[in-house]
Amino acid sequence: MNNTVTDTDQIASINIDQDKPHEQTVEEIVASLGDTVGETRVDNPKMSCTGVDVFYADKQAIFGVDLDIGENEVISMIGPSGCGKSTLLRCLNRMNDTIPICKVTGKLTLDGDDIYDKKTDPVLLRARVGMVFQKPNPFPKSIYENVAYGPRLHGLSRNKADLDDIVVTSLKKASIFDEVKDRLDQPGTGLSGGQQQRLCIARTIACSPEVILMDEPCSALDPIATAKIEELIDELRENYSIAIVTHSMQQAARVSQRTAYFHLGKLVEVGKTDDIFTNPRHELTENYITGRFG
Amino acid sequence: MKKFSYEGHTAHQFDVELNEVKHKVMNMGGLVESMVHNGLEALLTMNTELGAQVSEDDHRANQYELDIDEDCTRILARRQPAASDLRLVLTIIKTISDLERIGDEAEKLGRISVKLSGEADVPHYYKDLRHLGDLVKTMLRDSLDAFTRMDVESAFRTAARDEAIDQEYATFSRLLISHMMENPRQVSHALDMSWCARSLERIADHCCNICEYVIYLVEGQDIRHANLDDMRKKLL
Repeated sequence: MNNTVTDTDQIASINIDQDKPHEQTVEEIVASLGDTVGETRVDNPKMSCTGVDVFYADKQAIFGVDLDIGENEVISMIGPSGCGKSTLLRCLNRMNDTIPICKVTGKLTLDGDDIYDKKTDPVLLRARVGMVFQKPNPFPKSIYENVAYGPRLHGLSRNKADLDDIVVTSLKKASIFDEVKDRLDQPGTGLSGGQQQRLCIARTIACSPEVILMDEPCSALDPIATAKIEELIDELRENYSIAIVTHSMQQAARVSQRTAYFHLGKLVEVGKTDDIFTNPRHELTENYITGRFG
Repeated sequence: MKKFSYEGHTAHQFDVELNEVKHKVMNMGGLVESMVHNGLEALLTMNTELGAQVSEDDHRANQYELDIDEDCTRILARRQPAASDLRLVLTIIKTISDLERIGDEAEKLGRISVKLSGEADVPHYYKDLRHLGDLVKTMLRDSLDAFTRMDVESAFRTAARDEAIDQEYATFSRLLISHMMENPRQVSHALDMSWCARSLERIADHCCNICEYVIYLVEGQDIRHANLDDMRKKLL
């Protein structure tokens, strides 16, 4: 039916070539990993994944993940590159919808409602499940407009005063208001990296989300900006559920209450962060967090 | 039982650092072991030279503690170890503190041996003290062995021996009391012997601690202040 070679096919063939020295296929290795170690469920789930599989064309990226994100908890997802943690994060607010070859199966719920249901509007879903990305990506607009954009789109304000209020509150919650209050009409792109990232967090908060997804939010920031963001994550936890993907294990240990370790698209272990970092139960988790990547 | 290894880090230098510090602990253990042996021998054979030697060795043991502490501080600061690596560093920090205390107890034995060297007769209860000392020496050797091999089974077995040593100490104390009642002029000597027995008993307690650290290190379970038998059933 389709004889043209697509980019995806090329990527797939490159991967296969790289995998040649290994005798086992990814599927075989995943099967050998066994069941997820630790408690995947929590008493008060905000979001739930059950048997989630994700495919990019024929290539399976996530294998049968069960995982809860609890109310007012920070859960960190760690694992080597390509382990599927970002893919899973993006499934949680249907960011993968924009990738035509991506197929998600299994059940993902927000407050018990299936987020992949035909009736669910992804735009409204993304207002409830906000996202902060690796690189700060403010709109090429003023600081004020960056934050006001979402609330205006979703009709969250009745008048200008309302909108002003949302912008100021959001900037305050993101701990950046004091630094930008005198230049709200200046472009957001003119801020420093750390400020831009906090502006993006303010932009996310402005839509009054219930869950915030963060995909390596501090990887492009210096230690001071990182510390501010981490402090902010801790404060935000009071009102939101937060899932954070991070390559910094120390960061996962610092900010999260639960940690999930992924390997080759499989959720290998999940548990209290304190336990994972002092006494992980799965050998792969142990190897990863102690720096044995061989 | 879990497997335990401190090697295989992608940053090979980390392996080297952990290996070095672990070897230092083993050397310190060896030194302390010889101090206990020499202290006891000095006491039982009235060898003042050996007694003085133990005091000198105590300075070396103290220096080991300082060096290893510094190494561990550096590892914590530079490597931010997690999981088993973190437990290894914590275990080492605690173990050397107990080893240093064992060294102090051995030094006390040496000091008392020097003090008592002028005594004419060897009292009959020396053989009981030797028996207690032998039990303690074996326990120390086995604790250090369990640490070196990260052997939980052996750590449990060794820690369980503390109770027998406590009983031996109680028996020896009773023996001393009856000896003091029968020979009031030897009370002072018998009191010194009581201090020595007390030191030996304390050494066994420190050995017990080291065994508990080994179990924590390998299993990740803190078994201090818990029932040994229950924990053993749970873990092995």
